[in-house]
Amino acid sequence: MMQHFLTTESLSLDQLTTILNTADSFYKVDGRHVKKVPLLRGKTIVNLFFEASTRTRTTFELAAKRLSADVLNINVSASATVKGESLLDTLRNIEAMDVDMFIIRHQDSGAAEFISQHVAPGISVINAGDGRHAHPTQAMLDMFTIRRIKQNFSGLKVAIVGDLAHSRVARSQIHALRTLGTKDIRVIAPKTLLPSHVETLGVRAFQNMEEGLSDADIVIMLRLQKERMQGALLPSEHEYFNLFGLTPERLSLAAKDATVMHPGPINRGVEISSEVADGAQSVILEQVSNGIAVRMAIMSLLAGGES
Amino acid sequence: MNTDIDSLLTSLADQTRTYLDSIGEKSPLIVGIRTGGIWVAEYLHRSLNLSNTIGILDISFYRDDFSRLGLNPQVRPSQLPLDITDQNIILVDDILHTGRTVRAAMNELFDYGRPASVSLAVLIDRGGRELPISAQMVGDVGELPTHQHVKLTGPEPLALEIITTD
Repeated sequence: MMQHFLTTESLSLDQLTTILNTADSFYKVDGRHVKKVPLLRGKTIVNLFFEASTRTRTTFELAAKRLSADVLNINVSASATVKGESLLDTLRNIEAMDVDMFIIRHQDSGAAEFISQHVAPGISVINAGDGRHAHPTQAMLDMFTIRRIKQNFSGLKVAIVGDLAHSRVARSQIHALRTLGTKDIRVIAPKTLLPSHVETLGVRAFQNMEEGLSDADIVIMLRLQKERMQGALLPSEHEYFNLFGLTPERLSLAAKDATVMHPGPINRGVEISSEVADGAQSVILEQVSNGIAVRMAIMSLLAGGES
Repeated sequence: MNTDIDSLLTSLADQTRTYLDSIGEKSPLIVGIRTGGIWVAEYLHRSLNLSNTIGILDISFYRDDFSRLGLNPQVRPSQLPLDITDQNIILVDDILHTGRTVRAAMNELFDYGRPASVSLAVLIDRGGRELPISAQMVGDVGELPTHQHVKLTGPEPLALEIITTD
């Protein structure tokens, strides 16, 4: 199907649908007596993380193990670069251990693509989040979650709320939603957290929760990175919650059966109230479990076939 | 080789009934291998008057040619009871050829538990085995040359055709 998985931006409707359909089959494997299939037996997958992550790394690890692959977790910020080794030297050293796939998380946009251009032929690279650029496996697990609940994407009204300016998740979601046929996508954020020209992505921008949430079928809340507070982009957590936090009252403006999503980790009382996060409309924990099936699908679609 | 579908199905059902009587099993789990195997399994399930649900196996995750061919993009979920431990299973496929599909299916079955027994029912055994596998219940046996293949089309009506490739 493809060699690397770096962004949702360039993928066709067919490719996205194949990933979602394949994930459906892996989802069933999770409920079995033996939660493993032998597809990637004998392959070695390296989680190469230059940035802290718990959820993403562990679901990638679990997904690889359920495909019967061997997994190596390398936290680079804590090892080689501290000693002055360059990115490519780190890469060459791990390649010398005869590995088959890299899962890359990096604080710089474009890092996964850079690595994909320098790995040995036959090695696949999956982007597990690069800077502000993309987080395509998170977007695909969100699409999978949406499809399981709403069946299809056309006719859906989707609101994405929060720090759009720094969110790699939102960018990947918007590209995937558009390709899958969703026309009504709104982004809601204070002006300082809205990227300029965000409309060119095919979305409508709102600076008011009440307007943007109206009749939405899906409400995706983004994590507010606390370090943004220091950059004078926001007055205070408290005021942010007052204006943009998702409360039961605000959620009632969305469609009656609206679904609430969040890529995690959540900041309770900052972007979302506990009542909503733990409420009946929230699928935040389902997103985490769905992440395993979706990552199994993407890894096995990359790994099979002669390259 | 007999390609008359009705007589093959009738014979297969008779053999299956006789076999089940011999082991004293009244409600075996019938498991069809996607796609043709499901059609044959449904026929057996009906003619044996079984009330339990039929199992469906999609062996895409267990194929031995994955690293050569990649994942079948048409893969769909298998549907089996979550635990098949201690059940007598009739595994059903349309055509038995190399035996590789059956091997993959057995590997998948065992990830759902430890069945009491697994027996194999196929419409046609066309020869050409590459693994030590044979069917207990067979509609008809014939030795086809490698450039010929039997194909079951369906589900309504079911029909068998022999295809010759270059």
